Amino acid sequence: MKARVHIMLKTGVLDPQGEAVRHALGSLGFDGVNSVRQGKVIELDLKDGTDEATIKDMCERLLANTVIESYKVEIL
Amino acid sequence: MHAAVVVFPGSNCDRDLAVALERAGARVSMVWHKDTAMPDGVDLIGVPGGFSFGDYLRCGAIAANSPICSAVKNHADRGGYVLGVCNGFQILTETRVLPGTLLRNAGLKYICRAVPLTVVTTDSAFTSGYDAGQTITVPIAHHDGNYHADAETLRALAAEDRIAFRYGDNPNGSADDIAGILSPNRRVLGMMPHPERMAETAHGGTDGAAMFAGLVQHLEHA
Repeated sequence: MKARVHIMLKTGVLDPQGEAVRHALGSLGFDGVNSVRQGKVIELDLKDGTDEATIKDMCERLLANTVIESYKVEIL
Repeated sequence: MHAAVVVFPGSNCDRDLAVALERAGARVSMVWHKDTAMPDGVDLIGVPGGFSFGDYLRCGAIAANSPICSAVKNHADRGGYVLGVCNGFQILTETRVLPGTLLRNAGLKYICRAVPLTVVTTDSAFTSGYDAGQTITVPIAHHDGNYHADAETLRALAAEDRIAFRYGDNPNGSADDIAGILSPNRRVLGMMPHPERMAETAHGGTDGAAMFAGLVQHLEHA
């Protein structure tokens, strides 16, 4: 089975990289980009039957830093 | 005083930290990240700067889950002294030994230069060799040194006098100009600037030396 974990900075945590991307889009002529938030996607190839609680445990203990990041688990 | 300096794949300030401690009079053991315990009788653990595990995933995240970090955490939990510098500070926040985290520098650039720091508190073994309010010059060399914590944590750090150092010119966007913080028992210090790189005259300055001298003096008599 496969799972995909989406990790984003929490609302309220400044994202200077997203801000730099927003500026770069503006300089390419893309008007109207109000904000850009950059995150990461981690794909996991897992033993069949791995439950979502185990994947959440992986997120809590390593994949995300819950001080600043939120995560979402998607089972594929 | 017996100090242990942890070495991870990608550490690059481990030797400098060991030399600074030795010059101050400490006996130093180097400890490998796969070790599961500290040598007997270790008073202080140094977690050095560098790019442990290539900064993969997040700076310090993989090192924080290495076998030796359980021993570092146990040492801190038992009231032992720990000094984390740069990547060492990042590792101590990832292990949750210290609160908050270090984000990408606000200006997105890697910054490597000497910066002015204000000594905010002298109430710790790390900072007792300085005067409160003193300005010292210590180099920084990091891409992710932008200290971030929630408002409640920032209030607690200030109220409990646990901000050890503040930047004079905040080079990286850190909240409350924070360059280094102490644990509630004041025995764990995490800081982004490198005192071990300003510890003898050949470094161009010796403002970091008082930290190592103070630590050795305090722990010799502890």
